[in-house]
Formats: sequence, C-alpha cells, structure tokens
Amino acid sequence: MSLYNLRLQISYEFDRPSGAGRQHFRILPATLPGRQRLLGSLVTLEPEPGELGFFTDFFGTAVVEAAIPAGLTRLELRLEAEVERLAEPEGLDLSMPVSQLGPEIAQCRSLGPTSPLHYHLPSRRIPEVGAISDFAAGALRPGDSVAVVTERLGLMLHDHMRFETGATDVDTSPAEAFAARHGVCQDFAQIMVGGLRSLGIPAGYVAGYLRTLPPPGQKRLVGADAMHAWVRAWGGSQRGWIDYDPTNACFTGADHIDVGMGRDYGDVAPVTGMLRLDGQQEGRHSVDITEAGEG
Amino acid sequence: MTGDVSSPGDPLARHDFGLAGYQPLPGVPDELIGPDGQVRPLWQPMLDHLAVLSIADLTRAIERADLYLRDSGVIYRQYDTAAGTASVERPWPLSHLPVLIDEADWTRLSAALIQRADLLELLMADIYGPNRMVAEGHLPAELLAGNPEWAQPMVGIAPRSGHFLHFVAFEIGRGPDGQWWVLADRTEAPSGAGYALETRVATTRAFGPQLFGPQLHRLAGFFREFRDHLLSMRADPAARVAILTPGPWNETWYEQAWLARYLGISLVQGEDLTVENGRLMLRTVSGLKPLDVLWRRLDGSFADPLELDPASRLGTPGLVSVLRQGGLSMVNPPGSGVLETRAMMAFLPRLAPVLTGAELMLPNIATWWCGDATARQAVMAAADRMILSPALGTGLPYDRMDDPLAAASLTPDALRDRLERDQGRLVAQEVVRLSTTPALVEGRITPRPMSLRVYLARTASGWKVMQGGFARIGATTDPTALAMQRGGGAADVWIISPDHVGGDTLMNRPAGQSGTPEPDELPARAADNLFWLGRYVERSEGMVRLLRARHGRIAESGTGSLPLLDETDQLLESAGLDPADPIPEGLLDTIGRAVTAAAQLRDRFSTDGWAALKDLDKSARRLAQQVTPGDDAAQALSALLRKLAGFSGLVHENMYRLIGWRFLTLGRMQERARNMAGWLAALTDPEADPGGIDLCIELGDSVMIHRRRYAMSSGRGPVIGLLALDPLNPRAIRNQVDGMMDLIRMLPEALVENRLSAPARALLRLQTDLATATPETLDSAALYAVQVRLGEVSDLISERYFR
Repeated sequence: MSLYNLRLQISYEFDRPSGAGRQHFRILPATLPGRQRLLGSLVTLEPEPGELGFFTDFFGTAVVEAAIPAGLTRLELRLEAEVERLAEPEGLDLSMPVSQLGPEIAQCRSLGPTSPLHYHLPSRRIPEVGAISDFAAGALRPGDSVAVVTERLGLMLHDHMRFETGATDVDTSPAEAFAARHGVCQDFAQIMVGGLRSLGIPAGYVAGYLRTLPPPGQKRLVGADAMHAWVRAWGGSQRGWIDYDPTNACFTGADHIDVGMGRDYGDVAPVTGMLRLDGQQEGRHSVDITEAGEG
Repeated sequence: MTGDVSSPGDPLARHDFGLAGYQPLPGVPDELIGPDGQVRPLWQPMLDHLAVLSIADLTRAIERADLYLRDSGVIYRQYDTAAGTASVERPWPLSHLPVLIDEADWTRLSAALIQRADLLELLMADIYGPNRMVAEGHLPAELLAGNPEWAQPMVGIAPRSGHFLHFVAFEIGRGPDGQWWVLADRTEAPSGAGYALETRVATTRAFGPQLFGPQLHRLAGFFREFRDHLLSMRADPAARVAILTPGPWNETWYEQAWLARYLGISLVQGEDLTVENGRLMLRTVSGLKPLDVLWRRLDGSFADPLELDPASRLGTPGLVSVLRQGGLSMVNPPGSGVLETRAMMAFLPRLAPVLTGAELMLPNIATWWCGDATARQAVMAAADRMILSPALGTGLPYDRMDDPLAAASLTPDALRDRLERDQGRLVAQEVVRLSTTPALVEGRITPRPMSLRVYLARTASGWKVMQGGFARIGATTDPTALAMQRGGGAADVWIISPDHVGGDTLMNRPAGQSGTPEPDELPARAADNLFWLGRYVERSEGMVRLLRARHGRIAESGTGSLPLLDETDQLLESAGLDPADPIPEGLLDTIGRAVTAAAQLRDRFSTDGWAALKDLDKSARRLAQQVTPGDDAAQALSALLRKLAGFSGLVHENMYRLIGWRFLTLGRMQERARNMAGWLAALTDPEADPGGIDLCIELGDSVMIHRRRYAMSSGRGPVIGLLALDPLNPRAIRNQVDGMMDLIRMLPEALVENRLSAPARALLRLQTDLATATPETLDSAALYAVQVRLGEVSDLISERYFR
C-alpha cells in the first residue's frame, strides 16, 4: 500500500480578457474498490468561478464543473488530494484466450460504466486505422491470452514509437502519430487501444497520474511530471480489466493513480469546454506526487 | 406534384376527372374504392362536389390553395445533395385532394398509437434509467452500446416533469390487408405538425370546409392543449417557454418559426441561450431571462457541445447540466432518437407485454435483427420479400437514406455470407407495399401510394392524437417515390365524423395565460438582426439613389466627361460598388444581406413585409441581368426605389411599435444619417464640382422644399442647413439623430440612477454638437467626423444590447 499526496496545478494566461464559459475538469483520483481510494481532495480556482459543482459522468469519472466569468486575464486551478493506492497481487494469468472473447462479449448484458460493450467498437477519436490494425495483428499468436497479447503489443509499440513531447497535440489522430512514430502518452495509449480493438479485445483509454519520484533504486518513469494515460484491456468476465502502460512498456502498479476510463481521450480529457489543455493556448499544467512522509 | 388543369376546351364545361377510368392497383387496398369495387360511401360527398365543378371552377379552387401557400410563404428547404450542405427553398408540395378517413377507423388507430407512445415512454425510461430490458435479455445490449443516438450523458437523468416524451409522431401506412401498420417511430424532434395546419388551411381554400362542415375534425384544439401543457410544465411561472431551432438553414425552419408565432412562444437558437446557476437563460436586450421549457427542434446531439457532440456549433454549453439539476423540461430530451433505431422495431412487439402488460394493438413493419441466428434463418427463407439496411439507421423505409438493399438482389450464398459477416449490424424488413389514395394528377384522379404522419402530444389528460396530420403522396406508383425530397407531395388528412364535432381555432381565442414574451424581452440576436435589417435596407436605398442620380445624368448628357461623375464614382467605389455596372454586385449583395437578416426574423415579421423584401431581391437580380447604362438604368433604379419604399412603408405602417421596431428604426436612421453625411462631405466640398450641391438636393429628395425656400440659388450654406441641420427635414442628419435619441431613451436601462447608457451618452453629445453647429462650422472634415461618431454609436448599441 502506498499513500500519496498529489498536487496538480493548471494555469491559463489570456492576452485579451476572456469571454464567459463553462468548463469540465476530470482531474480527481477515482475510488476503485481493492485498488485505490481517494481519502481527501481540495479543488480551488482563482479567481473564484461563478459556480462550482461536481457530478459523476456516465463512465464513472468524477467531474468538476465550473462557470468561468468573463473578463479574466488569468485562471489557475489547483488540486490537492490524498490517495491510497493498493498494490494488486500478481497472480496467475486468468485472462481468456483472445479467440474466445467474441461469444463472451455477445453474452454481456450490462451497460454499466465498465461494460466491455462500450469499448470494443471504434470511437470518435479512435477510428479504425488499417496501418494500426496490421501492426497489431503481429502481436497475436493462436491460443494467446489477452494479457499475453496486450504485453506483446505494448512492447512492439514501445519499440516502434519514440516518446517526444511537443511533436503532437491533443487533437493529433492515432493514425498521424503512428505514421510519424512519435508522440506522448496520449498518442501511445490511443494507438494501443485502437490496436487491441482491431484484435477483438475491448480496450479503454485511462487518464491518471504517475508518481513523480521512483522508489529508491528504481528508474524514474516517463511522463511523471504531467497528467498520464495508459490502456485497459478486457480479459473476459472472470479476469476483468488489465491495465498496461505502453509509454513505459509495463503493466501498471502502485505508481499509477487512476482518474477514469473512457472510450478515448475525449471521454476523460482533463479540461473540456472553452478552455482546453493543449499547446496552442496558454494553458500549462504541472503535477507533483509524493509519498506521504516524503515531504 | 401539380394539380395543373390543362384540359382544353370550354372553361365552363364540367371538368372530366377521369373517374370512370379510376382503377386501384391489383392487390393494393385503395382509399376511394372498397374491396367490393364500389366507391366507399365516405367519399361520396367529395365526389358529388367535384362532379359539378367546371374546368374554371377547378382551376380557381387549385389557385386559391396555391395562392394561400405562396402568400403565406410556406416553404421547406431541400438539401442540395450535389453541393453537400447547401439547401434551397422549395414551395410546400401540396397535393390538393385530401385523404378522407372514417372517424371510427381513426378512433381505433388512435388508441393503438397511444399504446405505442406509452410503450416508447416506458422503454425510454428504461434505456436512460435502470436498463432492465438489456439486463433481463429482452433487448440486445449492442442496440444501445455503439448506437450514435444513445446519449450516454443523459443516462440517469430523470425528467423533471416525470415524463421523457411529450411530442411524438408515427409514420403509418396500410398493409395489403387494408389494416394500418407503423412504418417508423419519430421521437427525436418530429417535424411537420405546423405544415399539417398550413396544409389544412390551403386545402379548405380549394375544397371548402362546407363540404363536410361540422363533421370534419379540426386541428386547433390539439395545438391549444399542447401549448397549455408546455406552459404547465414550467416550475417558475415567470419563466419562458421556447422552441429551440437549428436556424434558418434547416429544412423545416419555416415551420419552426410558424409554430412559435402560432403558439405565442419564443423561437431561440443555441447562441441565444446561456446557463447560469443551474438554469437556462435567454439573452435578451434587457439582460438574461429564465427559460423553463424548451421544445427542441435541434438535433439532440448538437444541443450541448460540452457533454454531447463537441463539434456542435449550434448548442449551448451546460444544457445537459441544467437537465441534470432539474432546471428545465425539454420536449423531448436529447437521446430520444434512440427509439427511432430501425432494429428497435424487431423488439417492440416483444417488449410490449413486458413493459405494458399487453400485446401491441397495431403491428409495425415486420423487422428481423440479424444479430440473432434464428432471425438470419428467417431472412434466408423469405429473401424475396426482404430489404436489408443498417440496424442502427433511423431513416424512413422509403427514404433510401441508409442504402437499403433488396435481399433478392444477392445470390443465396452471397446473402448468407453478408448476414454472417455483418450480423447485428443489419436488419431485414419486409418490403413496404403501401395502399393508394386518389390524387389529382394533371387534372385526373389517379391512385397514388400514401403514408400518413400522425402526431401525438402529451396534455393534461394524457396523450392526444392530432385529428388529422399529413399524408405523403407518391409522385408515381413506386412507393419509394414518397419522399418529399424526391418529388413526393403532401396532402391533408380529413377525419370525418358521422356527427357534429366541436371545434375552435387558436388564432381566434384570447391570449389568456399565453407565454407571449413581454415587450422588453426581445432576444439579443433578434435585436441585432432587426438593427442590421434596418441598416441594410437603408444602405440599399442610398446606393440606389446614388446610382439613379448617376444614370440620370448620363441620360441627359451622355457618358462624356462630366466632372461630377468622377465624384459620384468615387462615392460608389467607396461603398464597394462598380460604377460601370448599372446594378452592381455590391447592391445585390447588400439587398441579399437584408433578406438574410429578415430570414432570421420570420417568427416576428409580417408575411407581407417578407414578401415585399423577397420581391425587391428578385426584381433587383432580374434587372441586373437586363439594364443598360443611362435612362434604362435610371428607370430600373426608380422601380427598385419604389419597391424599397413599399417595404419601408409596410414596416412603418404595420409593425407594432414594440422594442423590435425601435432597433429596426435605429438601424435605418443611423444608416440614413451616415449616407447623408458622406454625400455632403464629398459633394459640397469647395474643391468639388459645383453640380454636387444640386446632386445632394436630389439625393436628399428635397428638390421641392429647397426650391420653395431658396428659389434657384443652391449655395453650400442653405444646402447644409437643409440636409444636415434641419430638424424637420426627414432626410436631414439632425432629424435622424433626434429620432435616434428619442428611441434610444426608450431602450431597456437607458437611464439607470439618472445616468444615461453609454450609447445614449455618445448620441447626446453628437446631438448637441449638431444642434449648435452652423453650415460654416460643419465643413467636410466635420461631416466625416459625424460619420465616424455615428459608427461609434452603432458599436456601443451592439455592445450594450446584442451580446
């Protein structure tokens, strides 16, 4: 078990006074039984918004809703949260063979937030891309389980792609990033989700955070100073969902803190509305996660 | 569809409708001729009426109907498939002969449709609630997951009023056995109810209501009850009710504007609305006013870019949030379109007993969802009767929108492969064979396929079925030619009772507890459009006057080197007009902008005013193709000037002096003052040609008064006095500014705590300067400065009232 203090800061500066608008922020760590617990959180906006509210969206992600008054020249959002992350035991691979997933999905009668039915078809930001499907096909060997195929595809992708900030933005399509062979965690995750779906594996896009400093003796993970993203593959009704981080080519562990899962970036984008979180605007964000007691 | 009567011969002779040769199609039920081959008794009065019509009578009857539709400007927009998104105006394709339905038949049908509406309500509540139908295996999950019409953000949001659906329509037809069946459910944002009413008015103009008199069911009660229901759904009695429209380029915009006017509720676009503290607010010229009930005619996915389709530019961010917080009732909520999914029809018959405890009273078109192995076998077994189309499509069976494919066009192997490959992505439906009804085709009564659109509205006493609707009439005997976008027509539907029915119309009733917006609650966008309509019309008039003066002079003196022409040409060029062109593109463009602004105001504009403006636009475009410079042009321009005066007169004489009129007039006065300041500055400058002074008098329409006052001398001083400083000359700058000052003082919050609004302050300073100016101080530089200051006033008005 790890206990983290998380600090997120998002700030905007405007050349001209902004118009009024509404914003959604998907930034709060989730509470997931057996895995993660949000012990406390504090969201502050400066200047104070006209309205501030919270709701849980269809996919189960907590959303902070704010009305931004007109005439601002800057806006700053701060989140302070305390999160408990339980390490999941590494056990036997209980995921199903990929070839048997089809009937399993067809029998599914749930439309809840984590139903595989939302995740096996192309989505708005992750359409079917021939090149990605062809690439993913190389990860499938007869009889392989979902976990095996997921790891193999993740390693292949990690070899194929170079991590590079600034080369892509939030609207770069998986096809573009794949062809250019570079991108950030969002690109890695969206390409991998598309690849898994092309193999018939339901896959979601997970937004979250990564602890900033590694435990002693371990390597610092890539993407730790910003919001992070990885994938979640469905291994059948018995195993459920399996998290994999293609940017770091590893299954996720106690270093990964969940915000939420959606069909693609659009469902869990940290900032939606008039303002967004891309290089075009003046939006900047920073993340700092320390283990409680670390300082 | 045309009702053209072109039979030659004596106009007083009885018209031959060719009834003797009327033959229903083999094996197809017909409204006029019963299974026994005899005329149905219901139709006898109609036939008797037609039998005595002369050719001239019939021509007049048809003209009366068409004239009504033309004069009322009843149009729909047809999407131009070649151009992609563009759409063009089309007159309403009236098929003049109504479809007659027996009241007893209609009563049975109504009960069945109410049952279906109840079923859809329960299914909607389940789909956006517990999803029990999926969990228990009554409905395949994949009909929802992956369905673009299923609005996930709406899941879990219970409607404030307790009901999801408030207004639905059904497309129905008669099957081969003569019984009704449902072809499609329309729950998203059903269109056409307003057209049904206009169709009724037009049809009764052709074949008078006296034909069936009090036995004919009226439509008005349906609308009255629905309006009362809309008003009763308000949680805050001070809040407004409005129709949410996608705007003037939508195919049924005319109808939306018409309904808003008829029901006395506001017509709003997404940009008119904003969200504040959990409520939906309308931006008006007097600030934000709460809206409590919205009749949505905008595609649900476009309603809120924040939570629904982020690409929408027509929506209002936060709308879903207001629904979530119970701050609004929406007819119908976003996501209602999921019920229109074609594959749903395969399951509704099975869902009915589960959800309502009873079997469906009325079948829908036989549908198989190919995700099911037994359904695929059934399709293989009856391939010759099957049409394949996308399972999640929502088009009407004959719309061809979803590329339907006849199963019989594939070999059995190809069909099996297709079914196994696509499975749940496909549905198979039985080929639609529609019954026929008599239609007037080139003067002859001829059987044509028909389907009916029937409307149901929720009211205080439950679902009400409109006692009528409209029928789509095929252009040919091919049932797929029913779609209006492909030449089909629309006929009225008359429900005939054996007894007297009560009746009333909405128009004649006192407003009572109506939702008519208060005078000061003009939406900001409407005010903006009115202001610019005034400006563009006046700007057009200035252009026409200047062009006419130029061509009048060419007519008198030839195109030789008149020095004055240089100055008029410069004025024309600075207004963006090509002097070489008698009716330049820039003028047509300005008139076009006036039409565009007026088009946005159809809900608050008189039919006559609109017709006059359209006529001006058409004439200008026609003349632009024909006229030659000189006298010909001058005469054409005079004709346009009279048409402009006609429009202005209609507005001035007929528009109620509410706040909207004030913005329109402010725009006109501002533009008129600007025009005059520019003319005077350019043409009365000491450096300019002396003929410029006479030209100004002509442009200012002040020849008579000038002669009376100053005999023949036209020095600069008197002309500036007359056209700039005279408060009584309706063309003078001073007169405009005085008039604007009077109007601006009457705008909302013109004076707050003894402090004038910003536009009023700026205008008052200008008014004072003009009142104290003399012809000597008001030189060309000062006149140009007046132009600039008028522009600043316009900007201040925009900033204060149109944002």
